[in-house]
Amino acid sequence: MRTAVVLLPGLNRDRDMIAALTEITGKKPHTVWQTETDIPDVDLIVIPGGFSYGDYLRCGAIGARMPVMQAVAEKARQGAMVMGVCNGFQILLEAGLLPGALMRNATLKFVCREVKLEITNANTAFTRGYDAGQIIRCPVAHHDGNYFADDETLKRLEGEGRVVFRYAEGSNPNGSVNDIAGIVSPEGNVLGMMPHPENLIEAAHGGTDGRALFAGALGLAA
Amino acid sequence: MAIRARVTVTLKNGVLDPQGKAIEGALGTLGFGGVGQVRQGKVFDIEVDSADRAKAEADIKAMCEKLLANTVIEDYAVEIAG
Repeated sequence: MRTAVVLLPGLNRDRDMIAALTEITGKKPHTVWQTETDIPDVDLIVIPGGFSYGDYLRCGAIGARMPVMQAVAEKARQGAMVMGVCNGFQILLEAGLLPGALMRNATLKFVCREVKLEITNANTAFTRGYDAGQIIRCPVAHHDGNYFADDETLKRLEGEGRVVFRYAEGSNPNGSVNDIAGIVSPEGNVLGMMPHPENLIEAAHGGTDGRALFAGALGLAA
Repeated sequence: MAIRARVTVTLKNGVLDPQGKAIEGALGTLGFGGVGQVRQGKVFDIEVDSADRAKAEADIKAMCEKLLANTVIEDYAVEIAG
């Protein structure tokens, strides 16, 4: 069971992600620097959170144009499991691997707290460890998490069951349309989400609700 | 020859602009009356070394499509300096 973590300057949740993947798989993930175009064959590629390139231009915009992202796109086309968290989600959108955009939080404030997430579709590799409708706890920490997509895209996402995480009622921290917190690609192998499941995987975190996501994606028992 | 262009990137109509809203509120606080909607955006001044004005303009439009604007939420306009 091997994993890889994409590294870009300005990311700051890479160590949390590496620790989580090491804890869950028992093996340290490969790390892939932004200029590398060869990603080893792994069971899961993760783009972690942070502020790549200082959010210059738009969050994720510069990182999405680095050579490593072409390699991630190629792997995703071949069916590899790819997951972007927070800035990683922003990068996947800017790279065109998922539809829509993440804008400044509607409150204009950086939000750092725990929210409740509803599992809206438990029939994806990423969410199979949960039950549909289940409410889990998950931390968020972002300034640009306000998901937006045009009506046609939203209809498609909702109709195809590609909204997999929604902020539970009263929990939307950023103004995201339809309370969207995480979406998957049409084939279900690419996930983007704003909350940080890697920060809720062991007792010391105060909970383990994020663990089933990684276990599901890797085909492990939670 | 350096061709100078100004690219303006603005949010599409219908896209919520909380920053514009905050600016609108601050203008009211400063005592400016009658301020309607404020929408904020970005300006890029770009120099391209080229003798071919049409090609430079096409290149700058490609830059907008590929990087300067996120066409999911933003429109752009290119103005070549005379």
